[in-house]
Amino acid sequence: MSEAVKPLRVLIVDDEAPARSRMRDVLADCAQEIPLEIAGEASSGRAALELVGQVHCDVVLLDVRMPEMDGIEVAQHLLKLDHPPAVIFATAFDAYALKAFEVHAVDYLLKPIRASRLKEAFARVRTARPPRPEVLRELQRAPRAHLSVQNRGKIELIPIGEVVYLKAELKYVTVRTAAAEHLIEESLMRLEEEYGERFVRVHRNCLVARAAVRGFERSTEDGETHWVVVLNGIEERLPVSRRQQHVVREFSR
Amino acid sequence: MARSINQNAYSGALPNFRNLGIALRIVVIVNVMALAAAIVQVKDMRQIMGALVEASAIVQPLLLLSLVVLVGLNDFLKRLPYAIGVLAIFAIELVLTTLLYSFGEPLLEATPAPLLRYWALVALGTATLLVYFDLRGRALSPAFTEARLQALQARIRPHFLFNSINAVLSLIRQDPKRAETALEDMADLFRVLMADNRALSPLEREVALCRQYLELEQLRLGERLKVEWHVEKMPADALMPPLVLQPLLENAVYHGIEPRVEPGVISINIYGARGQVHAVLRNPYRHEGAHHAGNKMALANIRERLQLHFDAEATLDTRVGDDTYQVHITLPYVKGAEA
Repeated sequence: MSEAVKPLRVLIVDDEAPARSRMRDVLADCAQEIPLEIAGEASSGRAALELVGQVHCDVVLLDVRMPEMDGIEVAQHLLKLDHPPAVIFATAFDAYALKAFEVHAVDYLLKPIRASRLKEAFARVRTARPPRPEVLRELQRAPRAHLSVQNRGKIELIPIGEVVYLKAELKYVTVRTAAAEHLIEESLMRLEEEYGERFVRVHRNCLVARAAVRGFERSTEDGETHWVVVLNGIEERLPVSRRQQHVVREFSR
Repeated sequence: MARSINQNAYSGALPNFRNLGIALRIVVIVNVMALAAAIVQVKDMRQIMGALVEASAIVQPLLLLSLVVLVGLNDFLKRLPYAIGVLAIFAIELVLTTLLYSFGEPLLEATPAPLLRYWALVALGTATLLVYFDLRGRALSPAFTEARLQALQARIRPHFLFNSINAVLSLIRQDPKRAETALEDMADLFRVLMADNRALSPLEREVALCRQYLELEQLRLGERLKVEWHVEKMPADALMPPLVLQPLLENAVYHGIEPRVEPGVISINIYGARGQVHAVLRNPYRHEGAHHAGNKMALANIRERLQLHFDAEATLDTRVGDDTYQVHITLPYVKGAEA
């Protein structure tokens, strides 16, 4: 029976070095009872996402409050993996997050972390599923700083500031940056909700970054004249639908 | 003056006439009363300027003379029991009125009203002012604001407490010496936080506390937190309400350093100039992370406490630059020995 259990591979993510070191100590204490090994450590969400593409891990211990990309956003990007790891959030004090964790039965640890509490969490983790996307969306307090796609087992981040437009096609949304095009499996409506004023809807299926709009032109196609958006960074022109014509006037002001 | 905040029950106290805010209030209130008197006097509103000038000719000399005398006698009056002090002020005012009346009468064109009428007016004005200052004193008194002051002090973020404990825990196994120092710093910090912080304390002590606080934050944030102290010209003995600078630094760390990946500098510049103490704190600031309510609350707290102690003589200004956030506090330089 003993050889059957593979050690749990744990990834530690926290922006503060002492907090990571403390987590290592507590994990070492737990390791005497629960077979586990440290898969790696990351000091930022970005580093963590890079690491999960390189090493296998079963559980991510994820600090909630981190600069640039908070723990909730990291967990959202992790879901892009084919086999996302389980997530256990850790926080020192965050009334908002704690309440939300309770409501949605998301597992979390309070810092300073106790070995006994961590063991309990690990005992549940083998059967636990990764947090559901709608729960994470609800935990989210600010729009994500990045969109993400999975690319051959790796998570690729697209900083939201680089996005020129978002275009819905069938099941996917095309994310266009000056450099590349990505497909993400999200709903355009939800993206519009999340980012609000950052994007403007020019067509039923298309959101354009306000900052990327250079101007508007009249264009004739099949004998019909309509407005198109001229964008910074890319040659492509996007049609403005009749219903969204008011956008042209808004911008000319 | 500021020390009177420390007493428990409010038993009435004369205002501190040396305080600029008090003097300004007296000037404004007396002039408003003069204006009201002028309005009542005239039949036609067009005569109001004339009436006001006439009233001023009598009111202003008395007002200025009174202020000078009261500022001069401030310390003496303070030592008297409240009731005696009030009587003394009435006596002073009536004497001054009589003096001005006898010297000024020949200078005025028209024959002025009898002295008795001026006495009555002056007595009424004085009584109004004293009642106003008494009410104001009560409103700001500890008996009334006990709960508020208690709430205002000891406002450390739980976030900081638990993260610091976590950081100290991480040191215990690897670096017990540093863990000891950190716990000592924490003990000092919390001793001050939990103490009765209504009395003023020396600037030196506040600065030492801030250093201990920043040491603890350094432990957690390491390279990300850089601190620049410019305190060579600091009047170390200046008195200020405790825990004014520390919460501001806590804000600076929470809003300025923690949301950044790259290292950031907090600079603290404290100096004395022309009888005032200036403290200027700067931290990096990003526009995106709009300012949280927490910061505003802390600032409002500190402003209220400064006002409670120094009235209009203390100010707290904030300025948002391109990528910095600055808080500038100005206090009157009150020396420890004078307290």
